[in-house]
Amino acid sequence: MTPEDIFKLLAGEFSDAVEGTTAEGGHPYITIKPQAWPEVASFLRQDARLRLNLLRSITALDLLADDQLVCVYDLMHVPTDSPAALITHTFEFAVRIVTDRTSPQIPSVAHVWPAADWHEREAFDLMGIHFSNHPDLRRILCTDDWVGHPLRKDYEFPLEYHGIPATTEFELTNPRH
Amino acid sequence: MSWIENRFEEGVIVTSLDWAINWGRSNSIWPMTFGLACCAIEMMAVGASRFDIDRFGAGAFRASPRQSDLMIVAGTVTYKMASRLKRLYNQMPEPKYVMAMGACTVGGGPYFKHGYHVVKGVDLVVPVDIYVPGCPPRPEALIEGLMRLQDKIRSQRRTKDVMTKAKEMALA
Repeated sequence: MTPEDIFKLLAGEFSDAVEGTTAEGGHPYITIKPQAWPEVASFLRQDARLRLNLLRSITALDLLADDQLVCVYDLMHVPTDSPAALITHTFEFAVRIVTDRTSPQIPSVAHVWPAADWHEREAFDLMGIHFSNHPDLRRILCTDDWVGHPLRKDYEFPLEYHGIPATTEFELTNPRH
Repeated sequence: MSWIENRFEEGVIVTSLDWAINWGRSNSIWPMTFGLACCAIEMMAVGASRFDIDRFGAGAFRASPRQSDLMIVAGTVTYKMASRLKRLYNQMPEPKYVMAMGACTVGGGPYFKHGYHVVKGVDLVVPVDIYVPGCPPRPEALIEGLMRLQDKIRSQRRTKDVMTKAKEMALA
């Protein structure tokens, strides 16, 4: 299925959940409202016409100027019935969820795609997006007592960590994004 | 040993204790298996047959800090790893040596500016004897570092050195 077909399908099924579509460029995506996302995700995974059974990645963006945090879910349909279909019937799709920056909240889809479990933990760890109904939302890379979310644009570097001086020349290491 | 036989009276040992101990220590530096990042690949190459660190008696990579003399910190040290690194260092028996291998362990390297999570030099965590710069260092550079460590061990003395004596006199 082409992205345009999926846009039409979703606009028919979930007319009030779709916030917008972008078909231009090499990475077409649909923007879904956060509260409708688990329902749409189950549909994308289970509908016989779509069967987007692979969650390839979750990308988290920090749009500081717009005061938004964004998650992009890259999905893929991988046919499991025949090896030849892997070449002829594979297609990709992307979903974009926008949330605000002060209290970022996106419902978890770990029950739809198990791969989302660790991806969402990483997005929580580094970007501070809270995934509600996540089975185990802990930090995955940083230590449990880490302060802040390092990949945020306005992240401030620590001056020391457990007695180890974190920067020898702080002016040099202060990020200037 | 025919060249030395029958040349001395009985009960004569022709060496110093310092020399004998240093000879033993410098030629059996057992490193700890401690690869943290890409530098570990070069460290493995040093251990393998092409470069063969075993020629220097340092080929026995031990899987336990309690059996090793040298910790080659090969790779980026994060704050998360720093506490583990310190514990492993404390578990090593004396005499123990640390070699900082690669730019990251020498001083943060490419992560110095934007690495929110990287220790800016492993000498902030444990005392370092030898610095081997490079990103990553060539195996030859690591062998060079090991030879300099051997020099350092060979120059060690059991007696008080001049500086320690001077310090003690100044304090007294």
